[in-house]
Amino acid sequence: MIAVIKYNSGNTKSVLNALFRIGANPIITDDAEIISRAEKIIFPGVGEAGSAMAYLKKTKLDNAIKKLHQPFLGICLGMQLLCSHSEEGDTECIGIFNEKIKKFPPGQKIPHMGWNTISNLKSPLFKNIPAHQDVYFVHSYFAELGKETIATSGHGIEFSAALQKNNFFGVQFHPEKSAAAGELILQNFLSL
Amino acid sequence: MLKKRIIPCLDIKNGQTVKGVNFENIRYAGDPVELAKEYVKQGADELVFLDITATIEKRKTFVELVGRISKEINIPFTVGGGITMAEDVGALLNAGADKISINSAAVKNPGLINDLAKNFGSQCIVLAVDTNIVSGQWMVFVNGGRIPTLKKTFEWVKEAEQRGAGEILLTSMAHDGTKKGFANELTKMVGQNVSLPLIASGGAGTENHFRELFEKSNADAALAASVFHFGEIKIPLLKNYLFQFNIPVRI
Repeated sequence: MIAVIKYNSGNTKSVLNALFRIGANPIITDDAEIISRAEKIIFPGVGEAGSAMAYLKKTKLDNAIKKLHQPFLGICLGMQLLCSHSEEGDTECIGIFNEKIKKFPPGQKIPHMGWNTISNLKSPLFKNIPAHQDVYFVHSYFAELGKETIATSGHGIEFSAALQKNNFFGVQFHPEKSAAAGELILQNFLSL
Repeated sequence: MLKKRIIPCLDIKNGQTVKGVNFENIRYAGDPVELAKEYVKQGADELVFLDITATIEKRKTFVELVGRISKEINIPFTVGGGITMAEDVGALLNAGADKISINSAAVKNPGLINDLAKNFGSQCIVLAVDTNIVSGQWMVFVNGGRIPTLKKTFEWVKEAEQRGAGEILLTSMAHDGTKKGFANELTKMVGQNVSLPLIASGGAGTENHFRELFEKSNADAALAASVFHFGEIKIPLLKNYLFQFNIPVRI
């Protein structure tokens, strides 16, 4: 079973549609017990870090997520919430990844919106993805580079386009909106 | 490096694609979902669907269409037309739209931008601006470009940014449908007034027009309709052309 986590900051429809397109049959749930039994878990997200974290704490999903052992993929805000801290609303996040979330410095257009290249790919998540691949981003805050970085991109500053620690994966871009390459990345995740 | 986006726009009436020439003389040009899939195949970076009759006709058909599009296509798309309140936006985002564009309703009630940004996030709020020169000044028009307002274009885009818009879709009405090139100077000036992503629309006729737009302004994206719908410009050839002139595109 593939579970997509439902909470107050999801753009879950696009993620579900993408999973159906690649032949998966996901369920959407906010039930920690069902999530704990899933084979793969996807944590989407669009929105504001502070209110999303407040909701996850209230529903205790934050602790439930920490305890998971299955392959887990955070997308966009979902990835950011797995980090230690976000400058957006000065928010303490779930803290799987050590990297911090910062606001893009002035001088660049914000949000960073559109197709940008990911490079320095080092993860089975990027199996059969070319060394420099364009994918779709929409975000105003970024994860700094760190030891958990498994892909980089740049917008005035170089940042983590993807992170991995053990069974936890995070991508800043939207694989569900990144055409065939994005679908391959989702497929790779489901094949882990 | 962030790529310049090429965005086909599909004007929708009663579930069919149309393109108005200077906002009049509507011609039919095909099934939206089929066209959308074709554009994804060709390498379009994003799609825009504008429900041009939404202000007067029922919206349900359009929401259903948005749901079908979301199932079929794997690139981002924006929907707009006739959005007047947060409920409209909620329905379209829930149907699978990535972004929504607002125009007339935001001019009448600028607080709508704040409300939408707060409820749904700036990243999905596109402010569409139809503009034309009146007595030497770029002014904002509403209702599909039919009604002039007292808002000055450069002030309006700045205000919209402060209120939480996430992107600007700028249409020069004098250029729209002419196929004589984009409003490069206008686009450049708007780009100097905001630090939001900026989509230029209106006037595409040749590949060179796209090149001129990206060389003469800091537009992030170019939107066009009929030149794509009728195959006068093929997106893969357009992108190759731009690439040859060192304009960053996704190939």
